Amino acid sequence: MKCFNPVVYKGLSPCKPSAIKTTVLHSDQVQYVIRQLSKEMGESPDIIQEEAIEILDEMGHNIQTRAIRFFALTLSKVFKTLFRKICVNGEGIQKLQQAIQEHPVVLLPSHRSYMDFLMLSYLLYTYDLALPVIAAGIDFLGMRLVGELLRKSGAFFMRRTFGGDKLYWAVFAEYVKTMIRSGYAPMEFFLEGTRSRTGKTLTPKLGLLSIVMEPFFKREVFDTYLVPISISYDRILEESLYARELLGVPKPKESTSGLLKARKILSDDFGSVHIYIGQPLSLRALASGRIDRRPYNLIPRYLPQRPSEDIQDFVNNVAYKIELLQIENMVLSPWVLIATILLQNLPAIDFDLLVEKTLWLKGLTQTFGGFLEWPDHLCANKAVTSCLALHSNIFILVNGHVVLNDKDSEGGATEELVFKQALAILMCGSYRNQLLNLFVRPALVSVALQMTQSFRKEEVYSCFSFLRDLFSDEFIFFPGIAVKDFEEGCFLLTKCDIIQVTAQEILVAEKGSAAVSFLSAMLRPFMESYQIICRYLSKEAKEAFTEKQMISGIRNFAFPLLETGSSQCYEVLSSDVQKNALSAFVRLRVVDKMKTTNGVTYAVKKDALNKTADMLDSRIPVIKPVTARL
Amino acid sequence: MKPIDEIGEENRTSIRDLKEAREEPKIDNQLDPSHQAKMRALTAEFHDAEDCVGDEEVMFGAFPQQEESIAVLFPNAIQAIMGATELPGPATIPKRRQELLKWNGWGYNDSKFIFNKKGQVEFTGKRYRLGGTVLPILKEWMEKTFGASLEHKTLPRATLNVNDVPPSFANEEFLQDLRGTKISYSQDPEDRVFRAHGHCLHEILVLREGMFKRIPDIVVWPGCHEDVVKIVEVACKHNLCIIPFGGGTSVSSALECPEEEKRTIISLDTSQMNHILWIDERNLTARVEAGIVGQDLESQLAERGYCTGHEPDSMEFSSLGGWVATRASGMKKNIYGNIEDLVVHLKMVTPRGVIEKSCEGPRMSTGPDVHHFIMGSEGIFGVVTEVTVKIRPVPEYQKYGSVVFPNFERGVACLREVAKQRCAPASIRLMDNEQFQFGHALKPQVASIFTSFLDGLKKFYITKFKGFDPNVLCVATLLFEGDRERVLQHEKQVYDIAAKFGGLAAGEDNGQRGYMLTFVIAYLRDLGLDYYIIGESFETSVPWDRVLDLCRNVKERIVRECKERGVQFAPLSTCRVTQTYDAGACVYFYFAFNYRGISEPLHVYEQVETAAREEILANGGSLSHHHGVGKLRKQWMKETISDVGLGMLRSVKEYVDPNNIFGNRNLL
Repeated sequence: MKCFNPVVYKGLSPCKPSAIKTTVLHSDQVQYVIRQLSKEMGESPDIIQEEAIEILDEMGHNIQTRAIRFFALTLSKVFKTLFRKICVNGEGIQKLQQAIQEHPVVLLPSHRSYMDFLMLSYLLYTYDLALPVIAAGIDFLGMRLVGELLRKSGAFFMRRTFGGDKLYWAVFAEYVKTMIRSGYAPMEFFLEGTRSRTGKTLTPKLGLLSIVMEPFFKREVFDTYLVPISISYDRILEESLYARELLGVPKPKESTSGLLKARKILSDDFGSVHIYIGQPLSLRALASGRIDRRPYNLIPRYLPQRPSEDIQDFVNNVAYKIELLQIENMVLSPWVLIATILLQNLPAIDFDLLVEKTLWLKGLTQTFGGFLEWPDHLCANKAVTSCLALHSNIFILVNGHVVLNDKDSEGGATEELVFKQALAILMCGSYRNQLLNLFVRPALVSVALQMTQSFRKEEVYSCFSFLRDLFSDEFIFFPGIAVKDFEEGCFLLTKCDIIQVTAQEILVAEKGSAAVSFLSAMLRPFMESYQIICRYLSKEAKEAFTEKQMISGIRNFAFPLLETGSSQCYEVLSSDVQKNALSAFVRLRVVDKMKTTNGVTYAVKKDALNKTADMLDSRIPVIKPVTARL
Repeated sequence: MKPIDEIGEENRTSIRDLKEAREEPKIDNQLDPSHQAKMRALTAEFHDAEDCVGDEEVMFGAFPQQEESIAVLFPNAIQAIMGATELPGPATIPKRRQELLKWNGWGYNDSKFIFNKKGQVEFTGKRYRLGGTVLPILKEWMEKTFGASLEHKTLPRATLNVNDVPPSFANEEFLQDLRGTKISYSQDPEDRVFRAHGHCLHEILVLREGMFKRIPDIVVWPGCHEDVVKIVEVACKHNLCIIPFGGGTSVSSALECPEEEKRTIISLDTSQMNHILWIDERNLTARVEAGIVGQDLESQLAERGYCTGHEPDSMEFSSLGGWVATRASGMKKNIYGNIEDLVVHLKMVTPRGVIEKSCEGPRMSTGPDVHHFIMGSEGIFGVVTEVTVKIRPVPEYQKYGSVVFPNFERGVACLREVAKQRCAPASIRLMDNEQFQFGHALKPQVASIFTSFLDGLKKFYITKFKGFDPNVLCVATLLFEGDRERVLQHEKQVYDIAAKFGGLAAGEDNGQRGYMLTFVIAYLRDLGLDYYIIGESFETSVPWDRVLDLCRNVKERIVRECKERGVQFAPLSTCRVTQTYDAGACVYFYFAFNYRGISEPLHVYEQVETAAREEILANGGSLSHHHGVGKLRKQWMKETISDVGLGMLRSVKEYVDPNNIFGNRNLL
């Protein structure tokens, strides 16, 4: 048996998981809230304390080396059957090793699969690093045995929503902070909050991040390291589950039997996994000069304190920064390129043409700074073929042409055909989106160039900034003014000789028009989806509707369009796009959001909606006051 | 009780003879030589006491001399610890300070650390009890802590080069007016350079290697309050700049002359205003001229059986006026209070006139206390000339002590508990591990095998039997004062509390050595400077709950900043909690590093110091507990007291001194 002697935090005084719970329970913070609540509700503090104990018992991890050994043993077997290889950047491990010893560490991996945290714990175990405690959703506890096993391997469980519950919030926050303060173990959680079903990085959730930062703000620790980690899979285990979920087939509840049933995937091949551990970011360095220390100096540190706007801004910026780093460091497989090309060439493309285009896109990706894992030892033909083989559930090679794999869908009603088609396209789209994460800025510039049909920089910029705003739930843009994103997009395009930028004008180079079309085609599904949703809202939407009603409404509206072939935009069926569009329209004040006793309802503002639709369809130019800033 | 004038020179000589006569040690061998030496002197002073204050004889006779209890009339702490063997005359500090004191370092000319022929550290001179003592471990400690080496030496220039000194500008009309006042003055370069600085590291480095850009043009020595009034009048008439100078021990750049000052700068040296004007035994107060230095004040009061109990670390040289001007704090403030608790009345000469209260009521409700404009004003409003301070009978009994804690956290928790129970002894200080080791390095040569055996046994007991990690444990030093019975009772109370936090009593010797560190540190810095080591101390005050975090973070910040700036050897970064209050504590840091291989050590040093102060503020610490702001920490004043607060001070300055006669530019 392997000897596990992990590297730990230098200031660590070892303690048992139960000791943490006791510390939390008796902390000034929790006791304060208990007293407050007891006063408010007229209940005895003992009863509330009991509640707190229950919460802690539900939440707390119970990390045990035995369980970890067991996991490690099973996982190494499982991983060996599932994956060809798992790659990790060696210097990342080294830096992490150092960071763990110096200060409390927060691991912030991307979230694409349930495999993520297993993978990471396995990796740390293998490299003799302190095992993380992981914030997991409470739904895992529904799984018999597995829930407890996860608990023993370091998972602690948080409810998905606990906004109103003061006691829960206090206990949870204190539990997390206690572990950070004592440097008990690296803390791991997902900024995205949930697994991204689309391959796009989700906008960050800030709650947990601001909790882990607080000990530093209050100087209870000298520093805290935030470590962005990018985990990418050649083929995601849950790919078809995700696509179904997006199309409205409900997500199966986490259950042990479900897990056992899922073991048939063990026979499948899922390619390789790449883990890139980013440079640990010192929170102290990030916060230097940005935090007003007075608010923290003048109030006892145990009192719960609403973070000031400055702090909220800071936390938000850090969250985005980390997600952008995750994107930057994410290893892209060749399949990501192929999927992007295939989606623009449905239903079929000549194999040789595919190879040629893939090579072109490879060049472009590398110039854009993409972290491409290209099998250099193979000739391009073989590389593409092997990718296609791995993803033969989506595309197959027939007579020198690559076509959608529809062998399951022979016959059946047209509705089912549309569904099957959508399934394949959404699956494929989730790989294209990995590239889009990186390409979104130049792609938006390209779209803006096509939409405005103009060379004037300010016009292009105002269109860009309109689209950036519209899509800010879809993609990750650093909060703040759009100019930087615009300049970055232009810079990358210039770098590839696609456009030329002068003081006033942006000119598409002769050889660049194909690239501009290609890049804007990458975003076309989003553009078209939003257009369709606009049409739906203006024609069909009721006075007041809920999100649920809207989603089914759009599906019913879009299905005939796809059946008749008057639209090819299958992605409009994705609930992800629909929800993002709704929140974008709320943000742009095209749709009103109202909170009523029955929950949240929405209402369309017709005039504003029509105007936005016109801008999206390029019927009227985008006019924004921000142009002056250029 | 004899009146003060009756204790003449003759009397003092006989005291000295007595001391010499009683050299033979009749003390148990269990004590190390420093202890023996101490005991020897104590015996001597014991008899001093008999001679001077005969009516307490009975009390002394009442208890036996044993090695664990020291009963003595202490003139002051320095004599107790470093053992000044001479009672100082009425004015310790002469006009020509350089005749007595180092011109480019700390303290007396004849007292310094040197490496003797054997390569061991030795302290020279007879002024302190430490004089002639060899400190065998210190060298090794220096090498281990700083990577310093005897071979790499950087010596200061031997004497002041008078040609480098900026010339004195003073116009004849002014000089004529000054002569008219009959107040003594000097334009001598040495006199002027001596008053151009305090004891900040950069100031000492300038003395060793360079020259100040701006120094006083003239030094005046007023002899009394009226002289000061005259000088201020003359300065106002000619629109000149006055910078008051007391003991010259400032560590906040407060004495530095502003380079941009074009007017004649008058250094107003208060050292000759050093008399106790009267002692009021009914009210236990004394009226004292502000130029008196701490040791003179205490020894003169002691002759009458009194003390103020105000013992800042610099008390050998710092002056009463300086304490007022910086809001000083004394080691024994738990019994006697800080300067603001001691002052009953004071008088200050400002360009607008003299400010003083009309009576000496012990407390008044007469609007904001104007004394608080004066205390901490750092010489920007005027010169403090006379102060009425509280005095106390010299305590009958004094006892050192120490407690070892398994770690710093437990130690702080214990101090907090002591503060909570309001039973802090005269002084209680908690040194962190690094400082404990530092203090340990100052252990004198062990004389007998038995002593070293005993030391070994103690060490074994603490580290092996009690399981204390010698690289983690920390030590609290204690000083009890009062009547014997109460002291012993008090001692028990404190040790009982300490035991609850895992503390083990560790003897008087450790305690006393801890306090010695305070007084020798400034001399040690001069030694370090000769071997490429630069260092400084700084302090803060902070609420109890943040003490641990602040100590840890500031020390770590210092280490990191040094590393980032290319300091080759990890710096000495150490702290101690030196005072306890109801709501918080005072924390004192030492920071020093070996600067070999760095092109601009002073610059690096200043950056690190600034970073450390930033860190203190970010951890909820104050800008200063007792060193003051001066010019060194001015940049943080606005943040510290808010815009409005600063405006309030400015408006006072505007009223009191519209022409900025007191132009040292401190604080604001």
